[in-house]
Amino acid sequence: MSIIDIACEESRTRGDARVIAVHLKIGRMSGVVSEALLSAFELAREDTLLAAAELKIEDMPVRVHCPQCGCEQLADSIQCLCCSVCGTLSPEITQGCELEVVAMELEPMEVV
Amino acid sequence: MSNHSAANPTRLVQVRTKILKQNDVAARRLRQRFRDHNVFVVSLVSSPGSGKTMFLEQTLASMRQRGHRVAALVGDLATENDAARLARAEVPVRQITTGTVCHLEAEMVENALDGWTLEELDYLFIENVGNLVCPATYDLGESLRLVLFSTTEGEDKPLKYPTIFNTADIAVITKMDLAEVVEFDAVTAHKHIHAVRPGMDILEVSAKSGTQMERWFHRLETQRNASMTDPT
Repeated sequence: MSIIDIACEESRTRGDARVIAVHLKIGRMSGVVSEALLSAFELAREDTLLAAAELKIEDMPVRVHCPQCGCEQLADSIQCLCCSVCGTLSPEITQGCELEVVAMELEPMEVV
Repeated sequence: MSNHSAANPTRLVQVRTKILKQNDVAARRLRQRFRDHNVFVVSLVSSPGSGKTMFLEQTLASMRQRGHRVAALVGDLATENDAARLARAEVPVRQITTGTVCHLEAEMVENALDGWTLEELDYLFIENVGNLVCPATYDLGESLRLVLFSTTEGEDKPLKYPTIFNTADIAVITKMDLAEVVEFDAVTAHKHIHAVRPGMDILEVSAKSGTQMERWFHRLETQRNASMTDPT
């Protein structure tokens, strides 16, 4: 699983630090359901450097550039890409497709 | 769990890596290869049973008759039935059997192209596994992505799977020959498509009766020509 690969690589480059938490940004238009990701992660993290790590997910709502308002606005929903302020259909998504590891909480391994 | 002692301070480090970075890198590599060899690549996604294979079979046969060099890759979980059907169009077809994986990834496409000479192709079609969820997030290096749904599936498909409609370039409504029988409401379907992807192009076809298929072939030819002269 890529989240684990990314986190393990990052941990290795920082001297095999223990991973306490992985911070993610998951857009509502990314096609990923946070609940499903969390339960898959529970299984996938076993026997890796992330065995005790937590996923901290930031849910990113969909924002669009509204041609009518001339600025970025929240979209109504992922079923209706229209500006939540004036209702204009807005094809240009500015936020909500994210699927990113943004940060990690690391702790150095104890020296025995 | 962790000990947060003074000797072991927890550090927060910035990473900012896309989770599907590896796929994106492979897809970029593919896109460049296709571009270098002037191969116009079209991928097809839909739910199982929407008529992807029939649509593609007609497309392959007709494009070949129109003098184009075409080939197809077809993803399937377990069987090679679709590849066998597509091979009836007498063009090169390769199956990608994905096993338990419910979508194609860029590296699978790269591996499947092994031994094929891209210089000998004008168009390559990639039929994804029948699934409207997972294929949405995987770029395959294609120039054009089609999402297909049939009149028998109901008008609200786009609202149920907005992400895949949002990543596609053209929505193809298939089995138009059955529209009347199943009381398909085209106006509502268009409204739903445009709610999840404002301005999206829509084709209403019947691969069986041939409705609007000519328009689709013409569209393919126009877009390939445009992509070859596009400097970007």
